Amino acid sequence: MSENQYLPVLLMFLVAGGVVALMVNAGRIFGPRNRTETKLEPFECGNESSGSAWGRFSVRFYLTAILFIIFDVEVVFMYPWALVFRELGWFGMSAMTIFVSILALGLVYEWRKGALEWE
Amino acid sequence: MLIEIVIILVKILAVLGMVMPLAGALGWIERKGSALIHDRIGANRASIYGFAGAGLVNTLVADPLKFATKEDVIPRGADRLLHTIAPCINLFPVLVAFAVLPFGDVLLVGDREINLQIAPLGIGVMYVLAMMSLGVYGVVLGGWASNNRWSLLGGIRGSAQMISYELPMGLAIIAMILTYGTLDLQEMARAQGELIWGWLPAWGIFYQPVAFLILLVAGIAESKRIPFDLPESESELISGYFTEYSGIKHLMFFMTDFVEVIIVSGLVSTLFFGGWQVPYLYSSGFEFPWGASIALPNIAIVLLQIVSFTLKIVFFCWFQIMIRWTIPRFRYDQLMHLGWLGLLPIGFVNIVATAVAILATQSA
Repeated sequence: MSENQYLPVLLMFLVAGGVVALMVNAGRIFGPRNRTETKLEPFECGNESSGSAWGRFSVRFYLTAILFIIFDVEVVFMYPWALVFRELGWFGMSAMTIFVSILALGLVYEWRKGALEWE
Repeated sequence: MLIEIVIILVKILAVLGMVMPLAGALGWIERKGSALIHDRIGANRASIYGFAGAGLVNTLVADPLKFATKEDVIPRGADRLLHTIAPCINLFPVLVAFAVLPFGDVLLVGDREINLQIAPLGIGVMYVLAMMSLGVYGVVLGGWASNNRWSLLGGIRGSAQMISYELPMGLAIIAMILTYGTLDLQEMARAQGELIWGWLPAWGIFYQPVAFLILLVAGIAESKRIPFDLPESESELISGYFTEYSGIKHLMFFMTDFVEVIIVSGLVSTLFFGGWQVPYLYSSGFEFPWGASIALPNIAIVLLQIVSFTLKIVFFCWFQIMIRWTIPRFRYDQLMHLGWLGLLPIGFVNIVATAVAILATQSA
């Protein structure tokens, strides 16, 4: 059973992949091809577009991503704990309380440092 | 072996055959719902022989055909490969996420027991979470590959928002794992068939109302709909990450939104509202708490369960559409504030409170 467990997922991937591939190619097959210079221009509120968009952007977004990775890895640690929680009893509870308090401390720290403020 | 594969394929086609038309129908329901809320006449042009409700049929058949026969434009300077892949990466994970949602109990055909869930995975609910998180790649790639400033901004906003709200979503799900002691959504749904005090169905909402609110809010934020639609916000970013998409690729992004609405509804109703459970319906028929009982054949029970699950999903889809037309868009700092300093701490406190409550009832 455990080897077969992922067979339905594989079939699901194939069917959904087929649907998606059909859809994304439908425009190429059925749609007209009528390119003009202006149509291919990236949209910029009616102005002529000025240069590439691949430039710099706010470092805040990187910061959010880094914070997310830290917290997400720590949250992932809680899944196995939650699953066997009833067997662990008060021991598991106290261990996780310490873990969560450190996490909460981290959240308070980054909040105090202003990492969560957007101006 | 072959017969098993056929059964699985039938289940997959049945689920996708329900989900994709429902996603299309939601487009029409949303326009109709907006008209009702704005107190105006709306979405009434597409009628068949004067019957306006037929606009639903038009939306299901005419819209995809029209989108498919439109020109597929890739702007100059865009990354052609990534521009094409992005809508696929967006739509594919949310479609396959339906594999673990149970839509009924066990169907008996001859002496064969068919579990009405496409994939009875041991990791269950984590699979849904993993697939929903993959959707962020479609948003980022779509925004970046278009080589358009609005798209890029929308893509970056979308990535920051989706990863921020993934955390509270995971925390809400951890609280449910604590409550049920399993990851499998089918077992969670079965556990909700019991009764509290002999009459109240043991639905998750009665144990975990806080987790329900967190999951619903985070789910709406994950599907990037108003009030969390900053990645697409029409009034500032045109369409955000899919500004440069036309024809069927635009439809794919559009459809992903609605499929995400459906998967969030499915997840919420499975975790908190009993999934396919009908109150007082057991594997032999209805058994009411006041003693009456009605015996039903297996096929009738399964049909009732499927109808019940569908109705719950449709209800939560409608609920999300109501929210969409009721609440205005958040500002970006409000959005980040709600995610990191609102839902995240509440989620942690909820988990600790749940764990203490479980231990207290266990030792009592």
